[in-house]
Amino acid sequence: MQVGYGATPVIDEVDLVVPDQTMTVIVGPNACGKSTLLRTLGRMLQPSAGTVLLDDRPTVGWSAKEFARVLGVLPQSPRAPDGMSVADLVARGRYPHQGLFRQWSTADESGVQAAMRAADVATLADRSVDELSGGQRQRVWLAMVLAQETPLLLLDEPTTYLDISHQLEVLDLARRLVHDGRTVVAVLHDLHLAFRYADHLVVMSQGRVVATGRPADVVTAELVRDVYDLPCRIIADPVSGTPLVIPEARP
Amino acid sequence: MSSPHVVLRRGRFSVRFRTRTVGVLVATLLAISTAAAYALVLGELDLSVPQVLTALVGRAEDPLTAYFVTDVRLPRVVTAAIVGAALGVAGATFQTVTGNPLASPDVIGFTTGAATGALVQIIVLESDPVTIALGALLGGLGTAVLVWWLTRATGLTGQRLVLVGIGVGAGLAALNTLLVARASLVAAQTAAQWLAGSLNAVLWPRTAVTAVAVTVLIVPLVVLARPLAMLALSEDVARGAGVEVQRVRTVVVLAAVGLVAVATAATGPIAFVALAAPQVARRLTGAATPGLASPALTGALLVLASDLVGQHLFSPTQLAVGVVTGAVGGVYLVGLLATQWRRR
Repeated sequence: MQVGYGATPVIDEVDLVVPDQTMTVIVGPNACGKSTLLRTLGRMLQPSAGTVLLDDRPTVGWSAKEFARVLGVLPQSPRAPDGMSVADLVARGRYPHQGLFRQWSTADESGVQAAMRAADVATLADRSVDELSGGQRQRVWLAMVLAQETPLLLLDEPTTYLDISHQLEVLDLARRLVHDGRTVVAVLHDLHLAFRYADHLVVMSQGRVVATGRPADVVTAELVRDVYDLPCRIIADPVSGTPLVIPEARP
Repeated sequence: MSSPHVVLRRGRFSVRFRTRTVGVLVATLLAISTAAAYALVLGELDLSVPQVLTALVGRAEDPLTAYFVTDVRLPRVVTAAIVGAALGVAGATFQTVTGNPLASPDVIGFTTGAATGALVQIIVLESDPVTIALGALLGGLGTAVLVWWLTRATGLTGQRLVLVGIGVGAGLAALNTLLVARASLVAAQTAAQWLAGSLNAVLWPRTAVTAVAVTVLIVPLVVLARPLAMLALSEDVARGAGVEVQRVRTVVVLAAVGLVAVATAATGPIAFVALAAPQVARRLTGAATPGLASPALTGALLVLASDLVGQHLFSPTQLAVGVVTGAVGGVYLVGLLATQWRRR
């Protein structure tokens, strides 16, 4: 598959399978094409060559709403209109299940309640989104995507701007979703957390996928050095046993 | 929940309204009825409410009363409401699509373009009122095509649309000034009257045509109201939730441009209603996206009330409705800009 803006491809010759009911994490240095890959999977960009298949059907063939009932996307740093309440925003996630004459079914009601509980934002329902902290706001957006009730979720840097405990909170939520049978694909910057939470790791560099597999099998000091241009050692995380990158001292 | 809702369900059919929005709609309707009643009662020939009511049902004893109520004042009131509603809906659509409260047809040049079309008819071609209205229609649509062409690289979104629109509007305003400056005295006077935006001498035929056109253009907006509201959440989120962004945006923008052009063709430019009505509706309803019904009713009320003020406040001197909305709207725009800046 090849994707690009204009003439130059941003990602080139990418061949990728996202395994069902796992957490797939895409990592790589800035501008390596992580977000472009995710946006292509989410049908926000069309590949200039190749196809994306969802359940063996090319994604271009799905209707917009049909696609949104199977796959939910949380874009990078989304913004809500001024003064929009949390309950209002989360309710918008029900859009693909609604129609002109089916605007608020009981399924919509319970879907929104369940999503707000799952993302732990039920107590914020009446607050305005723009007055929340960064961590709360990110959980609210997650709740909106959860309200879509899709078996597949794409999260583009869901932990950006969050402190460590909020990052863990969001990733724990993603883990719970996978545990409940959903498939999550996330772009992450933090390698430590990526290696810790991923079932399936996709490492990208300069528009190509350079390694895929379980973090423990894939991550080596050579790989990180090649991809990030960073001499380092890899040790086992004392808590989870997953790989931990320790940069070498610099002169 | 802070904003309680009324939910109606029957079989597969279900709708949900915010209680406060329903309250605001009812209150606005009452205010519109009151303003309309005053507009029918007051005038050169002051009438009583019973006289107006009997005239409305066609039972007036005095033919002069019947004439004033049903043939002079009623078409004016109805046109004011329709034009105001059209401007309110168009403004709400533009502001939602672009996510920018300044992106109203007054600011981004469409109204100025409609004026250019009308001025060419009045001054260069010396046309009759119907052709002038057609010229305004073509001018507004032509300007929309020009702005669309200039922003085609980035699409009809955000800051770029506002800046390009302001630029196009400024160019057309200069052209308008030039046209008036080179016109004969009589044509210049007609032009100035048209430019002020007035409901004077509006009779039933024009009201009927405007009503039909506005209804036809509002239907697609009502059908697409929900995907339109999703666009307020930014393009990526809307697309992720299953909105066909490109198609929805194209249809609603075309319909909104059409509404502005029709409204301007009917009465001349009535300034600031499209800008202010959605913002007033947003504050009244307390909803982040006010929908279309509330901006429509707010727009209708604004035009109706402004026309009342223009006719009677400085009586016997009559002010054109566009002058009143312009004066009120100017103050409002300054306030809007000031609060926006403070938030930055």
